[in-house]
Amino acid sequence: MSVIRCLHSLMQNRKISPQELTEHFLKMVLEENPRLNACITIADKTSRKQAEEAAKRFEKGSDTQFTGLPVLLKDNLCVQGLPATCASRMLADFVPVYDAAVWEQLHANGAVLLGKTNMDEFAMGSSSETSFFGPVRNPRNEALSPGGSSGGSAAAVAGGLAVCALGSDTGGSVRQPAALCGITGLKPTYGAVSRWGLIAYASSLDQIGPIALCAEDAAFLLDGISTKDPRDDTSRGLAPTASLLREPVTGKRAAIVREMMEGVSLPVQKAIEDTVRRLHSLGISVTEVSVPALRYTASAYYIIACAEASSNLARYDGLRYGHRSKNPAASFHEFVCRNRQEGFGEEVRRRIVMGTYVLSAGHHEQYYQKARRIQALLRRELLAALEQADILLSPVCPVPDIPAGKTLADPVSVYQTDLCTVAANLSGLPALSTPSAIWENGHPVGIQLMARPFADGDLLQTAYWLESTGTRPPYPKSIQVLMDGKEEF
Amino acid sequence: MEYELVCGLETHIELSTKTKVFCGCSTAFGGEPNTHCCPVCLGLPGSLPKLNRQAVEYTILAGLALGCEISPISHMDRKNYCYPDLPKAYQISQYDTPLCHDGEVKLSNGRVIRIERIHLEEDAGKLIHESGRTLVDYNRCGVPLIEIVTKPDFRSVEEAREYLELMQLTMRYLGISDCKMQEGSLRSDVNISLRPKGSEQLGIRTEIKNMNSFTFMERAIAYEIRRQAAILDAGQCVQQETLRFLPEENRTEPMRSKEDAQDYRFFPEPDLCAVMVPAGEIERLRAKLPELPQAKQNRYQQQFGLSEEEARLLTRYRKIAEYFEAVISHIQTPKNAANCILGQIFRRLKTEDDKERAEIPVSPDALAELIGLLESKKLRIDLLKKTLETMLDTGKGCMELLSQEDLAGISPEQLESLCRQAIDENPKAVQDFRSGKEKALKALLGAVMRQCRGRADAAETEKFLRKML
Repeated sequence: MSVIRCLHSLMQNRKISPQELTEHFLKMVLEENPRLNACITIADKTSRKQAEEAAKRFEKGSDTQFTGLPVLLKDNLCVQGLPATCASRMLADFVPVYDAAVWEQLHANGAVLLGKTNMDEFAMGSSSETSFFGPVRNPRNEALSPGGSSGGSAAAVAGGLAVCALGSDTGGSVRQPAALCGITGLKPTYGAVSRWGLIAYASSLDQIGPIALCAEDAAFLLDGISTKDPRDDTSRGLAPTASLLREPVTGKRAAIVREMMEGVSLPVQKAIEDTVRRLHSLGISVTEVSVPALRYTASAYYIIACAEASSNLARYDGLRYGHRSKNPAASFHEFVCRNRQEGFGEEVRRRIVMGTYVLSAGHHEQYYQKARRIQALLRRELLAALEQADILLSPVCPVPDIPAGKTLADPVSVYQTDLCTVAANLSGLPALSTPSAIWENGHPVGIQLMARPFADGDLLQTAYWLESTGTRPPYPKSIQVLMDGKEEF
Repeated sequence: MEYELVCGLETHIELSTKTKVFCGCSTAFGGEPNTHCCPVCLGLPGSLPKLNRQAVEYTILAGLALGCEISPISHMDRKNYCYPDLPKAYQISQYDTPLCHDGEVKLSNGRVIRIERIHLEEDAGKLIHESGRTLVDYNRCGVPLIEIVTKPDFRSVEEAREYLELMQLTMRYLGISDCKMQEGSLRSDVNISLRPKGSEQLGIRTEIKNMNSFTFMERAIAYEIRRQAAILDAGQCVQQETLRFLPEENRTEPMRSKEDAQDYRFFPEPDLCAVMVPAGEIERLRAKLPELPQAKQNRYQQQFGLSEEEARLLTRYRKIAEYFEAVISHIQTPKNAANCILGQIFRRLKTEDDKERAEIPVSPDALAELIGLLESKKLRIDLLKKTLETMLDTGKGCMELLSQEDLAGISPEQLESLCRQAIDENPKAVQDFRSGKEKALKALLGAVMRQCRGRADAAETEKFLRKML
């Protein structure tokens, strides 16, 4: 079932070369990107070079799981020598001189970087439509948004442009697009993965996570990027997860989070009910828990995320790098204002203003401090719920779809759809989005699993067993042709 | 009306760690602009700070030296403001949990200055204004700073100056900062208000920013006292504002008023974990504290019978005090060592820097050996001085420079003949003495000493001369 294992075995047995594999996916990217707009940068030159190096490693026998594996990175992850735009005009020309820790690790293992994926500007959004480089399309249904903010990564993987990709998740930005594109996405426990080289949105909530075609691929990718990095004070690393997946799950306890079921649409309701039946069939009990603090969670999330964003994005003044207005300025103040006014899109400006406001004298206590208290309360309640259950089950998003082109009109109602996902970021818990067996508008409806801190492996294991009951959708054609008849993986 | 000064200081001190507080760049002063920089101190997207533990230790040492309590758990905060010398647009500092708090220092007049807090933060870069344009140098960006905040306890200009000098001295003793005001590694903001003498209420204060010279600070406070007193005397209110001091014009001028005060929007730095200081670490650092200048000065006065001035001068520079202590560990008369150091040696250490470095060509052992000769009466004091000068010039040891004859002393026969010679050659002095002028004896004594190059014992010689006359 694992695409990563299958392709590695094919390369090891010389059934396909890393160069052939890379060309296969580059061709997909070049053909499909005009339709999907999933990639901002296509790194065909460097990926061919990396494929050659990968081939040498196979010859020498120094290959790893990732050698020759074509991957994509969200465009807020730094790769030396390639633009890292964050889908913003502000950083359209910014080329970092360092690699993100996650890419360092994958690169060291011989992975092939096909390019950098489109996203909501500075990861702010749930539809991948706030990008300076235009919206991303959902490969399963072009009338739908692929979700966001890691919509480019999710669309690319679901569309067969790459085997897997990395996204970043500050409030659901890996899980929600994975759900809307019908694939697997994991937000690891805060601290499992180093944030070095991830261009920050909200530092205390940001976490890099895998987007993959199945739970096992996600586990491989997670194991490949999790580390305790001396450069990231908040990183802790994580014990390997992939080896756990096939362990039996019988006897585990799951619980539905009551507050996350309020007001969900019928297809989502059905997806949860179907998942409960499948969990039962796997020998997992399902009860219900209540997490009252969830009522305030979306507000608390937006206050904390915007507060940190207002500070993190204040450095983009156009002085040392970044967008510089062509209009002359009379003062430093005016210079900065012009560069920022032109460099940032509407949603980013909105969140900077909001974040500045909630931190300002006189409002700090009313908003920021209160949000922090809600955050602490939520974490306590979720940890208490996870005393009664090993896995918390919920929707990813209360609706199965977000129509393309609808989100910017009414930001607050869009913010509300993030309720189910932001809880994991606020509390640091790992959370995973996996396809259910219920389909709507041409794609499976995603469901979310949450677990205790650093129990990321439990989530992937449960998702793996759910897949074994037949929930996993067929792989994209470009993958199927490679794996033809090799389902045993 | 008669007013009382109410003044507090916020002193910024650059720590002399090898590397910056959140990255591995050098903290060396100077250097080609923008050469001590990296993605972290330039705040490039995707970079993350990592706290330099040495800077934390230095801050704790400062806190312990000033009698502070040390916070077992504190955290860093972001202080947000936009300025071209601050590439992240926030300074990583400490807001509500300073590493050290509630300490005090005692001034020589017995008054106690309470220390409110000491926190750790990063320095900003430097703007260079030249020929109509402004350039930015980020070398200083991220150099660790501590800010020491006092309560408004100063009542005179002299107290403020003494405190600041004491801070400089203490930090240098601790070895945590060179505190060079001209290089900006020690600078102070001064908060000043006046109140009618006898009143307990606090007046409206002004803040003078960035005083980087003792003299300027004294002049600025003196000016501000006059300015505020004139306003109050006229029945008006002092405006709460931030001022800068213009040394050429000897006056202050407003930088910004309370209305456009900055809103720094502090919040906890999410990129850094809490700073934990286990009790064991505090005790380990406490044990490392050197004897501090004030204590040392008192001990020198009491233990060695030095004058206040001698003790103050010897303890003013840590290396000098160490040198002194190394010398006296081998001799019986500390006073002689003090005289040598404050005399011949000090004369050669011309600048503050020289004294701070205390590169003395004569080792403590060599000076002790020389003084030992004096103690064992093998050498007279003026020959000692002369020998010491030669030792300082050549770096040679005293035994190399002094001849057998120099060290042989004078036999009673030789002394008698020398006295005879002096009497014969100075009839005028002899006559004066005989006619009752006591002073004339000194001239004869001098003549003897000249002849024997100071090897004779003065008391002994005088006795001889009297007998013979």
